[in-house]
Amino acid sequence: MTPLVSISDLKVAFDGTHVLHGIDLDISKGEAVGLVGESGSGKSVTWLAALGLLPAKAKVAGSVQLEGRELLGASGAVLDSVRGRRVAMIFQDPASALNPVLTIRRQLCESLALHRGLRGEAARIEALRLLDLVGIPDAPRRLSAYPHEFSGGQVQRIMIAMALAGQPDLLIADEPTTALDATIQAQILDLLSAIRREFNMAMVLISHDLGVVAENCDRVCVMYAGRIVERAPASRLFDDPWHPYAQGLIGALPPLDGVRRRLQAIPGTVPDPRALPSGCAFAPRCSFAGDGCHAGVPPLAPFEPDRAVACLRPQRVPVGLAAE
Amino acid sequence: MLRYFAIRLSRALLTIALVVTFAFIVLRLSGDPALMIMGPEAPPEVIAAFRKAWGLDHPIWVQYLDYFKAIGQGELGRSMRDGRPAIQLVLERIPATLALTIPAFLMKVLLGIPAGIYAALHRGSAIDRAVMITAVAGFTVPSFVLALLLVLIFAVQLGWLPSGGQDSWRHAILPIVTLGFGGAAVLARFTRSAMLEILGQPYIRTASAKGVPWRRVITDHALPNAAIPTVTILGFMVGSLIAGAVVVESVFSWPGVGRLLVVAVANRDLAVVQCILLLVAMTMVTSNLIVDFLYGLLDPRLRSKGAEA
Amino acid sequence: MTAPLVEVLGISRTYRMRSGLFGRAASVHAVDGLSFGIAKGETLGIVGESGSGKSTTGRMALGLESPDQGSVRFDGAPIATLGSSAWRAQRARMQMIFQDPLGALDRRLSVADQIREPLDIHKIGTAAERDDRVHELLQSVDLNDSHGRRYPGALSGGQRQRIVLARALATRPDFLVCDEPVSALDVSIQAQVVNLLIDLQARLGLTMLFISHDLRVVRQISRKVAVMYLGRIVEYGDADDLFARPQHPYTQALVSASPAPGRRSTNRIVLTGDPPNPAARPSGCAFHPRCRHATARCAAEVPQLVALDDQRQVACHLTTGARPKTQDAA
Repeated sequence: MTPLVSISDLKVAFDGTHVLHGIDLDISKGEAVGLVGESGSGKSVTWLAALGLLPAKAKVAGSVQLEGRELLGASGAVLDSVRGRRVAMIFQDPASALNPVLTIRRQLCESLALHRGLRGEAARIEALRLLDLVGIPDAPRRLSAYPHEFSGGQVQRIMIAMALAGQPDLLIADEPTTALDATIQAQILDLLSAIRREFNMAMVLISHDLGVVAENCDRVCVMYAGRIVERAPASRLFDDPWHPYAQGLIGALPPLDGVRRRLQAIPGTVPDPRALPSGCAFAPRCSFAGDGCHAGVPPLAPFEPDRAVACLRPQRVPVGLAAE
Repeated sequence: MLRYFAIRLSRALLTIALVVTFAFIVLRLSGDPALMIMGPEAPPEVIAAFRKAWGLDHPIWVQYLDYFKAIGQGELGRSMRDGRPAIQLVLERIPATLALTIPAFLMKVLLGIPAGIYAALHRGSAIDRAVMITAVAGFTVPSFVLALLLVLIFAVQLGWLPSGGQDSWRHAILPIVTLGFGGAAVLARFTRSAMLEILGQPYIRTASAKGVPWRRVITDHALPNAAIPTVTILGFMVGSLIAGAVVVESVFSWPGVGRLLVVAVANRDLAVVQCILLLVAMTMVTSNLIVDFLYGLLDPRLRSKGAEA
Repeated sequence: MTAPLVEVLGISRTYRMRSGLFGRAASVHAVDGLSFGIAKGETLGIVGESGSGKSTTGRMALGLESPDQGSVRFDGAPIATLGSSAWRAQRARMQMIFQDPLGALDRRLSVADQIREPLDIHKIGTAAERDDRVHELLQSVDLNDSHGRRYPGALSGGQRQRIVLARALATRPDFLVCDEPVSALDVSIQAQVVNLLIDLQARLGLTMLFISHDLRVVRQISRKVAVMYLGRIVEYGDADDLFARPQHPYTQALVSASPAPGRRSTNRIVLTGDPPNPAARPSGCAFHPRCRHATARCAAEVPQLVALDDQRQVACHLTTGARPKTQDAA
């Protein structure tokens, strides 16, 4: 089966600084893939580049195909027919992600007109249905309200309604719950998985929060300094991470139950993209690194049919840290 | 809502009162109108009589109270030069001034805003740089320098246009261009930076991610937001319609309010100066009120705060 | 049981808030009748979402803000009034660190100068002694003198938070209030700072009030935990026990909402309804509109924080005292 979206060797540079060093990633129909990494790892840039949403000064190379059709370098008209219609995207900060001077109705109906050709009363009815679907109470009255009149969680629901307006095959959710309180985050994640099931929509969940990704995704890619360093089924990654960085991330997360243990902090900091170490970008922080690690960048090598890791010394012995 | 406007209105009146008070004090401290108008050689009795006739022999605070009392009765005083009501003198000059400032205002808006938007959308391009260099020139070069430059080129060198006076529409062109150019430059720079800020906002990215074509992202999403800060500058420009042409009118000897002001100040023709200042303060304050009202219209975040009351 | 170093007795704080330009001023009860004590050398964690009043509580515990009602006692004496000389003397013994280290630091001063600043202000030691102390403080937060010569802009987020911590420790305080100190940091850096805080506390015998929305970080660092909801403590107890066996329905929802690697979201409690709004506090138990167990009594009567056993206090009609469910049925 051909994947829905196929990204290969995607590279991005800003002003000569490379921030993405060749990403290979396939998304199949209906699956949920998580992208995990700390700030600057390139998880958001990957999808902004794929959809042509980066500023013009960004240099993008490689290939992004949607069912065999190349998106990189495609014309504005082609991209506009993909964005929102085939691939929708929602963002982190709901408060600033909606246009403050336009009503919810106007912003929802804009998508409905663009992608479904709905106008007037037909668009209004569909907008109401979408708001109802994402759990906005009292939708008929709230339709004429402006974004600032909603709480953060509600705005994120409206963003999701807008994303659903084009009946997309893939939803990119970029840190959709980071700005929200814990109980509201749970509501939004619940809504996303319910919608995904109902419409058999594929989803890419971008998050810095391992727990969020683990609970909501089938597969997970761990990113570090502009590369995917590990790719694995969600359950297996968290029980048995292979890449030292993935292990480090899981070890750094304080447990909520069981015995309290000292956190396994990863020493040092994320490297500056303008001064990346030669070889594996994680090597300077890695306690397993050897000479070979500094010599060249390890490729993302498949070790099992559904697992790949970019490490010369993958730690394939279960460490038992993750078990929570 | 009513309370809000009551507060705004009383603030506006206070602003006007402060402007008038300031002008009153400065004018009276900076020279004696009797000496200015009658001339230094006038006999002391004549000076004294003049002072008595215009109430200048009273202590300054009495004059001040009398002045405010008169304003309260709608009496703005008479010109000390020819005894005509000051307001009449000023009103006569307003059409001439508006004949310059209104076309100049249109020039600012029609030239400055599109140039600013275009520059923002093509940031870093040759046209952006050209617009910005022109804009910087436009508001760093003082208007009298620009005026003289234009006269040198178009009147003296090329002989296409007259250098001063008010005989035909051709006489208005150079003053209008002088006035409009600086304002257009300010507007262009301001619009450009407002647009650039808006274009960096997350909701612009959201609109693109929804599949809205770029042209409509600009017209439907960016421009309505960029209008909000731009209105502030426009309000300021509307406020200067009456008194914004003092220098230009003097250079081109255009008989407007600005020139009347210069002459009246030179002569310490107190009533006329104060009348003009009062008018200027009032237009400024009114345009500020209009700007506030437009804010509410353009920005629903402010509007709904009002609706909660 | 030693006497508490910090004792908070029934503090309340109400803000007058205008809802918009023309709105009538309304009272917002940010904190409502809060009491707790922190024993010397112990850490109390406060958990809560936005609007729970946890930051206001932290500021009042430090005397940065005066409670409208109630009192705060520090080391057996009432906390001095803000700005008085007694307060300044007390202040050297109490410090605070915030979420945003860049905002807390001056971009134009080298970080060593900023660590030194409190020593200069409180006139502690000679110039040479102050230099030594700065060196020592930098080392205690795992940085060195070369970091000290840099400016905040040249340091990473985690390093900046260490600098803020070093500066807070300069006057050898007894009591440290940390308001979301690691929330802005990436996971790997967060772990470094959390470990550092735990080490420093153990070494210096610090008493801490640790405020965060992150249950995991709070559990890692705290002995006792108080869960706040709309200005009140709804549950209080031993950290490990509280998160393992939450009793209040809100705590249960919070614990269940905290995502865990290796767990699929099968039986998560998802709260319905809007997030809490301090300007429109519901009657009775403030949590009742979102609580799936709520009864008529919950809407009418404010539940008091009562001891469930010697470990745990809960403010919920359903978990304490007589079983209200049967009462209502009767």
